[in-house]
Amino acid sequence: MSQGTLQIRKISGHPGPVPGANVERAEQVCKMIDTTTCIGCKACEVACLEWNGYSFSETHFDNSYQTMPETQWNYWNLIKFNEHERDDGSMMLLMRKDQCMHCADPGCLRACPADGAIVQYSNGIVDFQQQNCIGCGYCVSGCPFDIPKFNPTTKKMFKCTLCSDRVSEGLEPACIKACPTGCLHFGTKDDMVGIAEGRAKQLRDHFGFDKAGVYDPPGVGGTGVIYVLHDATNPEAYGGLPKDPHVPLMVRLWKGPAKWIGNLAMVGGVLGVCLHYLRFGPKIVREQEDKERRDDRGGRP
Amino acid sequence: MSTGQTISPTLTTESRGGRILRYTFSERLNHWITGFAYTYCLATGLAFWSPYLFWMATIVGGGPTARFWHPWLGLIYVAGSIWMLKMWLPDMTITDADRAWQKSVKYYVENQDDKLPAIGRFNWGQKIFFWVMFWGGILLLFSGLGLWFVESIPAWLRHLSIVVHVVAALATIGGFIIHIYMGTAMVRGGFTSIVRGEVSTEWARHHHRLWYEKVTGQKSDR
Repeated sequence: MSQGTLQIRKISGHPGPVPGANVERAEQVCKMIDTTTCIGCKACEVACLEWNGYSFSETHFDNSYQTMPETQWNYWNLIKFNEHERDDGSMMLLMRKDQCMHCADPGCLRACPADGAIVQYSNGIVDFQQQNCIGCGYCVSGCPFDIPKFNPTTKKMFKCTLCSDRVSEGLEPACIKACPTGCLHFGTKDDMVGIAEGRAKQLRDHFGFDKAGVYDPPGVGGTGVIYVLHDATNPEAYGGLPKDPHVPLMVRLWKGPAKWIGNLAMVGGVLGVCLHYLRFGPKIVREQEDKERRDDRGGRP
Repeated sequence: MSTGQTISPTLTTESRGGRILRYTFSERLNHWITGFAYTYCLATGLAFWSPYLFWMATIVGGGPTARFWHPWLGLIYVAGSIWMLKMWLPDMTITDADRAWQKSVKYYVENQDDKLPAIGRFNWGQKIFFWVMFWGGILLLFSGLGLWFVESIPAWLRHLSIVVHVVAALATIGGFIIHIYMGTAMVRGGFTSIVRGEVSTEWARHHHRLWYEKVTGQKSDR
């Protein structure tokens, strides 16, 4: 697993083949978040800041436990607190740790025009390489989870790295390490899906959560972060988790058919004017004719 | 200085070879400011369009530099276009003479200019080019603001901005390719006119007879 971050499976804005093409298949890493055992302690938020070297950001009190409205360029991990009313009128506090989902088909990477600014390692981690980032913000448009954030000082984009630096050394991500209830798990994708499905079944069979299930959206090819939800049919209740996320249609059009149609049109245009020149040539107005004409008419222009 | 049809450019003396002022200094300055800004946005925009064209960003100082200046040069382009509109609106309105000329555009393409009806200061093709670049610029401005301040707008507007920016840019690129070709290789005399401002009387009579007659006050049997 530790070698997984040395090989690149997908790369943004890169002409030609991916540098890590044809590498041996590596295990996919995955973070499993069981929202049903999260207590909202925010230890994961603090561990994330500590490990990545950011100081605590100013919080925004809005009469809830919410630390701030959304993740920031230097605050990659945020628990979203949502008061949810059950059908019987009783109240539930839904808590979801929000961060980059590490999609198998990352919209940010598709949208990115800068060579190597976004990579997907062979272990599935999607990582921003700030030294290659040009700060255009296309990744913001490409992301179905609204995760990449702009640092106005350095003009680079930032987001959760899934602690690629720790994972490459065989350590679990900092947030996992800090979780006191064990609601956060880290391992291979297969193992995590297995644990998550088991937990969901337990919730359905023994705790009365008939709609409990695993959030691993197929629209983005599955994610490197999966959730166990009390109600998998209503992920929006967990702080706007999209029900069926996809790389946005407009981004797929832009990077797909529009690119080929546009390139053909531009090359066609240049070839067209060259062919016109070969066939018809320039329009030359001869000064000589001008002079002759004036002479014929006694000097009038 | 002339600002369009209302004031006649001066006809210079015979001693200078019978030359007519076609573009005033303001018009030339405006053209080149707008043209430079467009060309910068084109080169850097193509760099962001395709990894195979990213070298275009490298020659203007690298990706972050290109990304920094692209929106500002875009604003200059739109400002230049509005200035141009202000100067040329009377000249750029499409008239019946243009519609007649458009019907014979095939002869223009095939260099059979003697079969074309007389035309004013700008022909139909030049006017269409102007309006493509002007309205394309307006679309590029609004969609570009969406891309510039992407974090401040809702997701659907982000996605719309991308597609509008691409479509508008491609439309202007089509016009730009033809403009560069015609202005340099095809219509001889055109390039010097937008640099030094003058054309020969014969050039004016050949390409823009109605304009020639207007500015010289002389009828021409061509």
